[in-house]
Amino acid sequence: MGGIVSIISRGFHGRRRDAGDRLPPGQYLVEDFPVLSAGPTPRVPPERWEFAIDTEAGVTHRWTWPEFLALPQERPTVDIHCVTEWSKLDTSWEGVSLDTLFEDVDTAADYALVYSYGGYTTNLPLEDLLDGKAWIVHRFDGEELQPQHGGPARLLVPHLYFWKSAKWVRGIRLLDEDHPGFWETAGYHNYGDPWREQRYEGD
Amino acid sequence: MRRLVWRAAELVGSTPETATARTLRFRVPGWPGHLAGQHVDVRLTAEDGYRTQRSYSLAGPADGEHVELTVEDVPDGEVSPYLTEIMEAGDQVEIRGPVGGWFVWRPDNDRPVLLVAGGSGIVPLMAMIRTRRQAGSRAPFRLLYSLRGPDSVYYADELRRPDPGLDVSYLYTRSAPEGVSRPAGRIMLADLAEGGWPAAHAPDCYVCGPTGFVEAAADLLLALGHAPERIRTERFGPTGG
Repeated sequence: MGGIVSIISRGFHGRRRDAGDRLPPGQYLVEDFPVLSAGPTPRVPPERWEFAIDTEAGVTHRWTWPEFLALPQERPTVDIHCVTEWSKLDTSWEGVSLDTLFEDVDTAADYALVYSYGGYTTNLPLEDLLDGKAWIVHRFDGEELQPQHGGPARLLVPHLYFWKSAKWVRGIRLLDEDHPGFWETAGYHNYGDPWREQRYEGD
Repeated sequence: MRRLVWRAAELVGSTPETATARTLRFRVPGWPGHLAGQHVDVRLTAEDGYRTQRSYSLAGPADGEHVELTVEDVPDGEVSPYLTEIMEAGDQVEIRGPVGGWFVWRPDNDRPVLLVAGGSGIVPLMAMIRTRRQAGSRAPFRLLYSLRGPDSVYYADELRRPDPGLDVSYLYTRSAPEGVSRPAGRIMLADLAEGGWPAAHAPDCYVCGPTGFVEAAADLLLALGHAPERIRTERFGPTGG
C-alpha cells in the first residue's frame, strides 16, 4: 500500500478518535449515515416485492414479502465500512439470516451474484453469505428501512465493504464461476475486504 | 492488472471559489490521467505518523501531471480545513487514483447531456464541462446549478463566459439576486422541464450533490420520463470532513 518514502503533510495534525481496534485501515468514523448509489432510487411496493435464490441447476426459490417476514428474524448489531472511507459502528438491523434462506437450497456453487431492483449487481463467494455472516434486512435502528438506504430490503454483509451489501435486493444467482458485478467491473476490488484495504482493482 | 498507487502530490497553487471553498492545484509526478467525473483519494500523514484519507472529485480535465480539486470547508472537518486553510504551495499530500468508472463523461460521446448540480456537487460536472470545451466536443450540454445564493457559485467567472453549446441555469434556494424571476426554492419539476432536455432526446443525465438533492432531482427526472439507466448519480453528504 504505502510508498517507500513517507510523505508528511506539513502542519497537519488530524483528529485522532479512539475506535479501539474496530476501524479498518484508511477509514474514519461517522455518526450520520451517508448514502451512495449510482442511479435513481427504485421504489418497490411490498406487494410487488419478491426475493429469489436461483441455483446453478436452474431451480428458483421465491419468497413474497409476507413469506419473508414470516421467517425467523434476527437483530444483528454490526460495524459497517464504506469504500469511500467512512465507517459506522454498532449499526442495528433486523432481518433474515441467509442461512435461513438457504436451508432448503441444494447447491454446489462457489459464487453468488446478488441482483437488485434497478439493475445493480454485486458478486461474492457463496461462503461469505453463509454461517452467520449475512442477512437480508428490512429494518434499521428500529424503523422500516428507507428507500434511500435500500428499502424495502437490502443485503447486509458487514465483513466486506458496504457496496457488497446490495440495496433493493431482489435475488441471488448461484454460479459455478465468478461473475463480477457493477462496481467490480468499474475499477473496484473483486472481493473488498476492508481489513486488507481491498478498495480498488489490484489492491 | 493495473494497480492504483499512492503518489506524492505537491500543491502548486490555489484559488478561492467562495468564502468556504478553494480550488487546489497539485503536481503529481507519474499521474496516469483521468476521465471527467472521476475522483481521487487524498491521504494526509502527520509528523507522528497518524494518517487519514478522504475522497474528492477531480475538478479539471486531464492535464499531464497536474490535477485540480475543489474542496468545501466542512465545519469541524478533519481534512478539509487543512486543505483549504493551512496548506501552502510546496506542501505535500498523497493522491491515489483515478477512481470510478461509472459517473464519467467521455468526449467521444456526442449525445445531449444534462448536468444537475447541488452545491459542491458542481465539481465533477465542471470537469465534464471543461473536458468538453478542451476536446472541442459538439455534444450539447445543459447545466442546472442549484445553490443557496449568488455568493455560493463555484467557477463563477468561467461559467459566465460564453461557451457555445453549453446553457447554464442557476436555481437559487435561499436568496435569488435581483432581476431573477424564479422565486428562491428547492429544485422543482418545472426547473428540469424548462432548463433540461425533453426525455424524448434521451440525454445522459448526471446528478451530483447532497443526498436529499440527488434523491429529489433523480425522482423528478424519472417523473419527466427519463429512463433510469440514463440517470447517473453521485452524492456528497455533509460527512467527509
